[in-house]
Amino acid sequence: MRFMTARKRAEGKGAAHSGTEHHWYMIVSSVGLALIVPTFLYIFGSTLGGTRDEVIATISHPAVAILFGLVLFVGLEHFRKGAQTMIEDYSQGGTRRILIIGITVLSYGLTATSLFAIAKIAI
Amino acid sequence: MVQLTLPKNSRMVTGKTWPKPEGAKNLRKFSIYRWTPDDGKNPRVDTYFVDMDDCGPMVLDALIKIKTDIDPTLSFRRSCREGICGSCSMNIGGINTLACIYGMDEVKGDVKIYPLPHMPVVRDLITDLTHFYAQHASIQPWLETETNEPAKEWKQSIEDREKLDGLYECVMCACCSTACPSYWWNGDKYLGPAALLHAYRWIVDSRDEATGERLDDLEDPFKLYRCHTIMNCTKTCPKGLNPAKAIANIKKLMIERAV
Repeated sequence: MRFMTARKRAEGKGAAHSGTEHHWYMIVSSVGLALIVPTFLYIFGSTLGGTRDEVIATISHPAVAILFGLVLFVGLEHFRKGAQTMIEDYSQGGTRRILIIGITVLSYGLTATSLFAIAKIAI
Repeated sequence: MVQLTLPKNSRMVTGKTWPKPEGAKNLRKFSIYRWTPDDGKNPRVDTYFVDMDDCGPMVLDALIKIKTDIDPTLSFRRSCREGICGSCSMNIGGINTLACIYGMDEVKGDVKIYPLPHMPVVRDLITDLTHFYAQHASIQPWLETETNEPAKEWKQSIEDREKLDGLYECVMCACCSTACPSYWWNGDKYLGPAALLHAYRWIVDSRDEATGERLDDLEDPFKLYRCHTIMNCTKTCPKGLNPAKAIANIKKLMIERAV
């Protein structure tokens, strides 16, 4: 039991003076993804059922490779920040910090892997 | 932190069913949450029957009738009876509202009354709002000025005064904050819709000179940015206010000064 006034409890450790950048990034990336994901899905969908050479030829096109790279990079960064918010909502203390580290490692790992895969196909 | 099940000693059990009033023809059934710290028992839901031909139209009228005629141990807060003091906030038929301005005809079927959700219960329908009030105090709900006080008054244009409409009417009943899942899970750090609406009321006040400091104090992933625009606050506000819009406006100001 700790003897603390209600005001001290409410003040806590004060403001972290952060969060606006995160909030603004989520807005900007949402708008960006809303524009590029439909194009990505259309091109990706059109390659389904094609031969290996046809798929490689489509993804090797510089515009398509850049688009795929952008979707995966921005999408996974959006995922990382969104998942961090969700973790902050539903967990606390050490568990929260471990989960945030985990989701950061996972999303950076996926970003690196997917960019490498696209580069290998395109170049 | 999110908790999906109630602790053992908070699980509700069926309580007492009080006898129906004799000779009454127009009866309404009330299921009311009861808990007292005195007996160490789990909370229960008692059932009461009220003669609607001998009762006022509001839910608070029925509660007062139950307390007066049936069970004097039933505890709840009330004062003004006209939606201006915010004392009788409770959960009626699944909606956080003020019992004094919530008509019985707005509830379909039996009237189920519980305390405000996710708050520590003091007794029956009375919740502990200490932290809620402290959060309100933490946003410094008063005019902050550096300039010497004018001889007569701080002047304000009609247009600037109109910006306070929809903000100053808040009666701090806590219906909005206790309807907000973000406040349920992180109420220790997240200020909640009521405190943030009040914060915006002072930020947008043309006479206040501490806008920057106020925004500084709010810029925090938890204090402000735990709001995910769920909109429960706006849906439930018994005064018809829009705390979600006030919070969105604070976020907009944060972006304006950063980008």
